[in-house]
This record gives sequence, C-alpha cells and structure tokens, in this order.
Amino acid sequence: MVCFRGLKSVSNAKIIAVSASNDGATPGWRLGVREAFGVPAAVVGPAYIGYGSLAEEYGLSIAHSMFATVAIWALPGQLILIEMHAIGAAAIAIVLASTLSGARFLPMSLSLLPRIRDPRHGNATVYLAAQLISMTGWAMAMRRCPDLRSEDRIPYLIGFQLTCIAVATACAVSGHLLTSALPPLVRLGLVFLAPAYFLVILAGELRTRVAAIAVSCGAVAGPLLYVVNPQWSVIAAGVIGGTVAYLVQRRYGRRV
Amino acid sequence: MEDAFELWSVTAACAVGHYFWRGLGVALSGRVTVNSELFNWVTCVAYAMIAGLVMRIMIFPAGMLAESALVDRLAACVLALAAFYAWRRNLFVGVSAGVVVLTLASWARTFG
Repeated sequence: MVCFRGLKSVSNAKIIAVSASNDGATPGWRLGVREAFGVPAAVVGPAYIGYGSLAEEYGLSIAHSMFATVAIWALPGQLILIEMHAIGAAAIAIVLASTLSGARFLPMSLSLLPRIRDPRHGNATVYLAAQLISMTGWAMAMRRCPDLRSEDRIPYLIGFQLTCIAVATACAVSGHLLTSALPPLVRLGLVFLAPAYFLVILAGELRTRVAAIAVSCGAVAGPLLYVVNPQWSVIAAGVIGGTVAYLVQRRYGRRV
Repeated sequence: MEDAFELWSVTAACAVGHYFWRGLGVALSGRVTVNSELFNWVTCVAYAMIAGLVMRIMIFPAGMLAESALVDRLAACVLALAAFYAWRRNLFVGVSAGVVVLTLASWARTFG
C-alpha cells in the first residue's frame, strides 16, 4: 500500500477539503471532476512534472510518457519502469518489478468496488473503473461514497479519475518540455523532483510498524544489492527486504 | 527502432501487470477474503521495492543526477525530511525543500 499513508498524512493536514454533501442536483461525474481540480490535482501534478523531466533526461519520448501514464496509471510502477530501462535491465525483470509494485491495487479495488457497485451500471463499467483507480481517487471515493446516491458513485469515481489522469498526462508532457527548455541547474532540480517526492511520501508512511520496517529494510537492501547486480536489484531488494521485514514484524510486531 | 519497440512492449506488459491486480480485485470482491498473511507479505515487498529504488537513485543515480555531488543529494534528502516533519507533514514543503537545496548546493559548487 505504498503511498496510501502518505496521502493520508496530506489529508490529515486538512489540505483535502471535502465539500458539502451532494444535494442531488449535480450529476455524479461533474462532482467528481470538480473535486479532482484542487488538492488532488495539485498533489498529482508536481509528481508527474517530475516524472516527465526524468523521462526526458533518460531520452524517452513524450508519446511514451503519455502512453505509460494512461496505460499503467501508477507512479511507482512507472518510475520503476523508466529507472530500470535506463540502466538496461532485462525486460522480464522490469515487468516483474513494476507489476509487483502494483499489488496495492488488489486490496484497493477489493474494498472499494462493493461500495460503489450499482445494478444500473454494467459489469464493463465496473472493470473500466478499476483501471482508473489511483491512490488519491480511492481514498477520496471511500470518503465520499456514503454521501452520494448509489447510482452516482461510479460516475463520481470515473469523473474524478479521468480528471486526474488528464492533469497527470498534461503535467508529464510539461515536465518533458520544461526540462528541454530550462538551463541545466533548474533541470537538475526538476529531475530530482520525482525521487524527492517518493522520499517524502515514504517518510509519511513510517507511522505504521509494518511500513516502517519494510521501508527500512528496502532502503538498506536497494543500494547494497545494486552494487551486486544492478539489473535485478530492484526486484531483489523488494523480495529480500520485504521478506525480512515480513518475518520481523510477524515475530516481534504483534507482542508490542 | 527495435529498442523503441521493446520499450513500448515492456510498457504495455507493465500496464497489463497492473491491470491484473485491479481486475482481480473486482473479480474477487464480495466473494473471497484475501489471505491476509500473503497480502501482508506482498505489501512488505512493495514497500521495500520502492524504498530500495528511491535510496538507490539517491546514492547511485543515473543520468543528470549523477553529475551532482553525493553529499549534496544526501543533504537535500535530510533537509526535505526535516522540512516535511517541521511543517506538520506537508508534502509540498518537504519536496520543495529537497529540490531547492539540491539546486542551490549544485549552483554554489559552480563557483568552485
């Protein structure tokens, strides 16, 4: 559940303001679009500007960044993809690592979809909604759905997420353009944006014991294993660091 | 050209991999309770992987970041985290602090 707590810490800081409950006059999708502009867009935007800058730095095309953003729609998975591609990792290693990083979507859609399902929307719509879910949208929909009429919930989620995806894609493109236009020093800052963003997000996750142990184990294992074998280091750091963390919290976590 | 084709295929495969989790959540919702121990493990792996990648980028970066000094990058990390906690866990303040510190430190180095 990478990023979830980080987002929570943002919302705890009362940046995400939940507007008054729906009076029933506004269609669900419009409410979603309206609420996505504001803090959710402001959180997603800089992250994707950073992503675009990094992609530009690695010589990737704007078209590729747009495709990756729309198709994968998960920043950790995208970052793993372009970082591993930059060091020339094997295709299978990239796909495995990126896919594993997306495992958080399983409990997200598992928990959200029973709440938003409505007989008026077909199965295809539900599976489409699953593709659009992001951490922000999930957290927002979990909070908003109780206030919304049952048939408005899926349109709300779709409107909210399509807006986020549009903002993210536009920001990734502007990241590319800014990086190629700006002087080297500013460019350096932009390229640093994405890793700094994740550093801070991960720091925000350190509140729960499981996350704290897993993040620490991974942080140690990542650079060490990179020295041993750059190609497989991301996935090895995940599996080795994650397994150690899992065993540690199983052994000691419950008693305290 | 071939390289570009491979990159796009890998990207598409990553997208399919992500959709696997999303779609599985829909298919299982309301029917199965996910084995929580297995899921705890997967969560740990996901955390460790992204934390490992971020630390690797900080210590052994590729591309342009590699031209900055290691000390500057680590100082930027420390100050980003300090600012994040000092401003009541404000994501924007933390990230901006990191970016500004690295930029200024690298700029200062251009004076020798």
